[in-house]
Amino acid sequence: MEEGVVNEILQGPLRDVFDSKQLITDVSGSGNNWAVGHNVFGSLYQEQILEKLRKSAEQCDCLQCFFIIHSMGGGTGSGLGTFLLKVLKDEFPEVYRFVTSVYPSGEDDVITSPYNSILAMKELNEHADCVLPIDNQSLFDIISKIDVIVNSGKLGKTVKPKSLVTSSARALKNRQEKPFDAMNNIVANLLLNLTSSARFEGSLNMDLNEISMNLVPFPQLHYLVSSLTPLYTLADVNIPPRRLDQMFSDAFSKDHQLIQADPKHSLYLACALMVRGNVQISDLRRNIERLKPSLQFVSWNQEGWKTSLCSVPPVGHSHSLLALANNTCVKPTFVELRERFMRLYKKKAHLHHYLQVEGMEESSFTEAVSSLSALIQEYNQLDATKSMPVQDFPRLSIAM
Amino acid sequence: MEPKVINQTLSKAAQSGRWKYGQHACFCQKQGSGNNWAYGYSVHGPRHEESIMNLIQKQVEKCDSLSGFFIIMSMAGGTGSGLGAFVTQNLQDQYPNSLKMNQIIWPYGTGEVIVQNYNSILTLSHLYRSSDALLVHENDAIHKICVKRMNIKQISFSNINQVLAHQLGSIFQPTYSAEGSFHCRRNPLGDLMEDLVPHPEFKMLGVRNIPQMSENSLAYSTFTWAGLLKHLRQMLISNAKMEEGINWQVRPPLSGLPALGKMSFNKELHFNTSIANLVILRGKDAQSADLAGFKDPALYTSWLEPDNAFNVWKTQRAFNKYEKSAALVSNSQFLVKPLDVIVGKAWNMFASKAYIHQYTKFGIEEEDFLDSFTLLEQVITSYYNL
Repeated sequence: MEEGVVNEILQGPLRDVFDSKQLITDVSGSGNNWAVGHNVFGSLYQEQILEKLRKSAEQCDCLQCFFIIHSMGGGTGSGLGTFLLKVLKDEFPEVYRFVTSVYPSGEDDVITSPYNSILAMKELNEHADCVLPIDNQSLFDIISKIDVIVNSGKLGKTVKPKSLVTSSARALKNRQEKPFDAMNNIVANLLLNLTSSARFEGSLNMDLNEISMNLVPFPQLHYLVSSLTPLYTLADVNIPPRRLDQMFSDAFSKDHQLIQADPKHSLYLACALMVRGNVQISDLRRNIERLKPSLQFVSWNQEGWKTSLCSVPPVGHSHSLLALANNTCVKPTFVELRERFMRLYKKKAHLHHYLQVEGMEESSFTEAVSSLSALIQEYNQLDATKSMPVQDFPRLSIAM
Repeated sequence: MEPKVINQTLSKAAQSGRWKYGQHACFCQKQGSGNNWAYGYSVHGPRHEESIMNLIQKQVEKCDSLSGFFIIMSMAGGTGSGLGAFVTQNLQDQYPNSLKMNQIIWPYGTGEVIVQNYNSILTLSHLYRSSDALLVHENDAIHKICVKRMNIKQISFSNINQVLAHQLGSIFQPTYSAEGSFHCRRNPLGDLMEDLVPHPEFKMLGVRNIPQMSENSLAYSTFTWAGLLKHLRQMLISNAKMEEGINWQVRPPLSGLPALGKMSFNKELHFNTSIANLVILRGKDAQSADLAGFKDPALYTSWLEPDNAFNVWKTQRAFNKYEKSAALVSNSQFLVKPLDVIVGKAWNMFASKAYIHQYTKFGIEEEDFLDSFTLLEQVITSYYNL
C-alpha cells in the first residue's frame, strides 16, 4: 500500500516479477489499524481491486486458486487482505482461496496486533478455503538452526550453498542481509513446493483443489500446519536411504514446523505429504508405516494420509518434502491470541482508534471473539476424543 | 484429465515404438476433479458428455464388430472414479446391447487419498448398476507381488503397472475357441462374461496368475502343469493373492455335506467359495494339463453345476517369456473382505459427517451416500452367504 514500500520492491531484484500495472498504492498506510485497512481502504479501492483482478483472471485458461499472502498483525495486510477475501468469494465463488497468514509472535512490536489478528481471524474463518498459519518466531528459529549448522562446521562436510531453504542467489556472500529476507525465502519455498505438483510432472499428481478436498473435513477447520524438509543438503552425492527416512522424521518434529506447534502430541485430522524428487512410492509407504504408530489420528480417519509425488526436485536438493497437517496443535496459538486480545479489550485500550472508523462498532469485536471461541471449542471437542478407543458405528443390516 | 498427464501418457506410448494412441483419441481439460467424486460425476460428466461420447462413437464406428467396452479406472481419485462412473452409465444408455467390463484399481489400504473410501463406495454402487462385470486389481496385492516375487527393491508405479499389464494380457491375449480347433476366440470379452457372470448380483471378478517371478530367475526355472495348477487351485481355495504364503491348511468341505465351514458368525472366511472360474493356460503342452481339481463341486455354490461353473481356455503359444503360465479369473468371495473393510471405514467417516460438505457442494447428497451403502451391504451379504 504505502508507496515507499512498493517502490522499494520495484527497485529490488524481484522487480521484473511484478506487473507494474497491477499495483495499487496509496500515500499512507493503515496505521496498524484493521478498521482502516478493511473499511476505509476497502471501500475506497474496491473498484480498482476488482478491475485488476478481473484483468488477470481473464488471462488464465483455467483459474484454480488464489493465493493471498499477508500478515495478521498490521493494518493493511490484515484489514485490506481479509477484505479481499470477501471480494474474491463474491466475484469468483468457485475458485479456491489459499491464505498464507503470518501470525504475530509473542514479542511483537505492534501493540494493537491482537485486535487486528482477531478481527482478521473472523474473516478467515468465514471466507478462506484453506489457511496456512506461519509465525515469525518459528521462522527465526529455523534460520538460527541453519546458521549454527553452516557456521559450526562440526559436521566436517560442506553444505551446498544453493540448497539452503533460506537462500537466494547471493545469500552466502552477503552476510549482512536482513533476516526477513531469509525468513521470506522459507515461505517462498513453502509456496513453491505446494504448487510443484501442479506445475511439473510426477507419478502421483496432486492439484491444489485436492489439498482442500482431502485436508478439510469440516468447513470451519481449515487451518493447516506446514513443515519443510530438508533445510539444507550436504554435498554428498549419493544420499543413502537413511537420509531419506530422516527427512520424513524431521517433517514431524516441532523444530521444522512453520508455526509454534507440536503436531506429534496433538490429534491429527488429516495429513498430506508432498514429495519432490527421486522418491518412489515404496519409500513413501515405508515411511508412512514407520511413522504412523507415533502419531495420533482422529478415530474416523485412522489412515488420513494424502500423498503426492513430483519428479522435479527443488533447486539444489535431490528431494524434498512438504508436510501439511490439519492438526489440533494450532489451538494453543489461537488460545494465546485470544488471551492477548482479552487483556487489551478488558481495559478498552486503543479501542477508540477503531471505533472512530465508520462501520466499526463494539459488536464487531465481540462477534470476532465469539467466532474464534467457537473454533477453539471445536478443536477442544476433537481433542477430547483423542484417547477414547476407536468406536465402530453400527452398520446397516440387510434382511435376508 | 490434466493435459500434462495425458501428454505424458501419449508420449510414453509413442516412445515404445510398438503402438500408440491415435492423434485425437484423447480428451483433456485443464483442471482435474480434485479427488472429488461429486465433481467428476456431476460437474465434469454433464459438461463434457457430448465431446466424450462423440470420441467414443468415432472409435466404435471404426470397428467391424464391437465386442464391448473395457473401461480402466481407479476408484480413489475424482476423475477415474466419478467421471468413469458417469461414462459407464452413458454407455449403458447409448449402447445397451454391448457389454461393458470395468477394470478397477482398488486403492492401497492407507495413504493414497484421504477420501478414497467415499469415492470407492460411490463408484462401486454406481458401477454395480450400470456395468456388466467388474474386474478388480488391488494395489496392495500387486505391491506385495512386486516385493516378494519380483524382488524389486524400490517399487515404482511403472513396476506395478507392469504386473497389471501382465495379468490383463494373460487374460485377453488370443486363445483357441474349442478343443483342437485352430480358430481364435472372436469375442473374449463376451465369452468371459458368459462364463463368469451368471447372476447380476455377483459381478466382482478377481485375477490370479502364476508363475510370477522376475526375469532374471526365469532362466533357471522349469514348470510342470501339474505343479502350477495345484498351486493355482490352492490359491483359489485359500484366497491367496500370490504364489507365496499360500495357506495349505484350507481344504474344501467334504462334498455332500452342508456347507458348515463356509459361514461362521464372525464372518471369518477360510474357504473361498466360487460362483464360476475360468482358467487360461498358455504354453507348451497346454492340451495335456489336468484340470480335474477345478471341477470339484465342493469349490462351487450349490446352485451351479461345476460343468457350467468352470471353463478353460487354452493356447500353445507361450506368453511373455514364461514357458508355461496359467491365469485364473474368478467370480468368488475373493473381494468380500476388502469390500467389507472399505464400507466399514467409509461408514465410520460418514457417521462423523466428515468431508460431506465437499460432496454436497456439487450435488451429491447424504441420500446418495445412503443408497450406495445399502447396495454394497446387500452385495456383501449376498457374497458371504454363498
